[in-house]
Amino acid sequence: MTLVYAGVCSHAPGIRGRADQADPDVRDRFYVAFDDMRRTIEASGAEALIVVAAEHFANFFMDNMPSFAIGMADFYDGPIEDSGWLGIDKFRAPGARDLSHRLITEVMETVDVAYAEEWKFDHGIAVPLSFLTPEYDLPIVPVNINCQGPPLTPLHRSWALGQALRRAADAVPERLALIGTGGISHWPATPDSGKINEEWDRLLLDRWCRNDRDALLAYDDLTVYAEAGQGGFEIRTFIAVSGAAEGATGSVHFYAPIPIFAVGCTIASYDLGVPVPVTAASS
Amino acid sequence: MSLYYVQKFLYELNRDERLQAEYRADRRRVLAPYELTEEEADALVAPDIGLLFHLGVNGQILMHFAALHQIEWADYLQRMRDGIAEHGPVREGVYAMTGYEGVDAHAATIGQRAGDSGTTEDR
Repeated sequence: MTLVYAGVCSHAPGIRGRADQADPDVRDRFYVAFDDMRRTIEASGAEALIVVAAEHFANFFMDNMPSFAIGMADFYDGPIEDSGWLGIDKFRAPGARDLSHRLITEVMETVDVAYAEEWKFDHGIAVPLSFLTPEYDLPIVPVNINCQGPPLTPLHRSWALGQALRRAADAVPERLALIGTGGISHWPATPDSGKINEEWDRLLLDRWCRNDRDALLAYDDLTVYAEAGQGGFEIRTFIAVSGAAEGATGSVHFYAPIPIFAVGCTIASYDLGVPVPVTAASS
Repeated sequence: MSLYYVQKFLYELNRDERLQAEYRADRRRVLAPYELTEEEADALVAPDIGLLFHLGVNGQILMHFAALHQIEWADYLQRMRDGIAEHGPVREGVYAMTGYEGVDAHAATIGQRAGDSGTTEDR
């Protein structure tokens, strides 16, 4: 059992790029929740962080779009966006090439994935990392699910990817943390940007916390699009984490719609029942 | 109609600083290798954010293009709204999957009046 943390968080570019335009009170509470997530991951003794993301045409395009891709590089540069626009300085995050190789090899036993020895992080990974490893000192294993260019990855395959990641994580000696980043309901980068369907979000989070596989896989893209926007397609990242944490119970640590961030800002995690190492917890 | 190549160009532009420099130097020449209609090329040269959104360019690609042109966020959103008002619903792509009908239709779908939420970008 080496998966020591499994959670989800938002990644919208406005979280950093338009921070000064948000209600300071709710923004600061959100940032505190992100910081608590960082502390929990640090206390877990995680030696690397797997980030299941929904990237936005930074690396993968419709000329050769993988359903799933996993990074296998020594380092990852980001953000691809203009630093001033995103509010995040250019950085180089460490990779874990050998660990990635072993994880990919195991995942491939049940789920076909593309691998990438080159990968530029966009806001989908850069925003979470700016909170969770602000010094960029924790090795990253990026994972991507196609949530952008239809035909999209089926939801049940996202669950299967999560299961495969869990099996792979449990097969290596390293202690690993896993996060999914994405939606929930939002209409990012469109004229409807800022619209948030809170009721829809809360129902999804309830299903996520109960790790209700049937309910999570019952969503269909046409309904998701109508009720939760094209950003809602990113529930695939949440579902992958649910698959990885199959049988666990989750908690929502923070949820609040922040329209200028264009998303219902979310921090949630599963209780994996893994003891926190004394050395890490006391350091 | 070649939405694929419009987006391909923007995808490559967004991630390649060398292409960005070439685009700044000569916007039209840099488009030569891409299979574009005149309307598409004109929209990319202008740049006409509203028309590009109407043509179906994914917002995740388009917002980076807008940022490259130093188009402020609220202005970017307004240009897309203006594009839909002028040219009609999104023609193709992810936003046309169920027929893009604009802010009011989406608001009605989820039981909100347009303007109830999502307008704080103007603050």
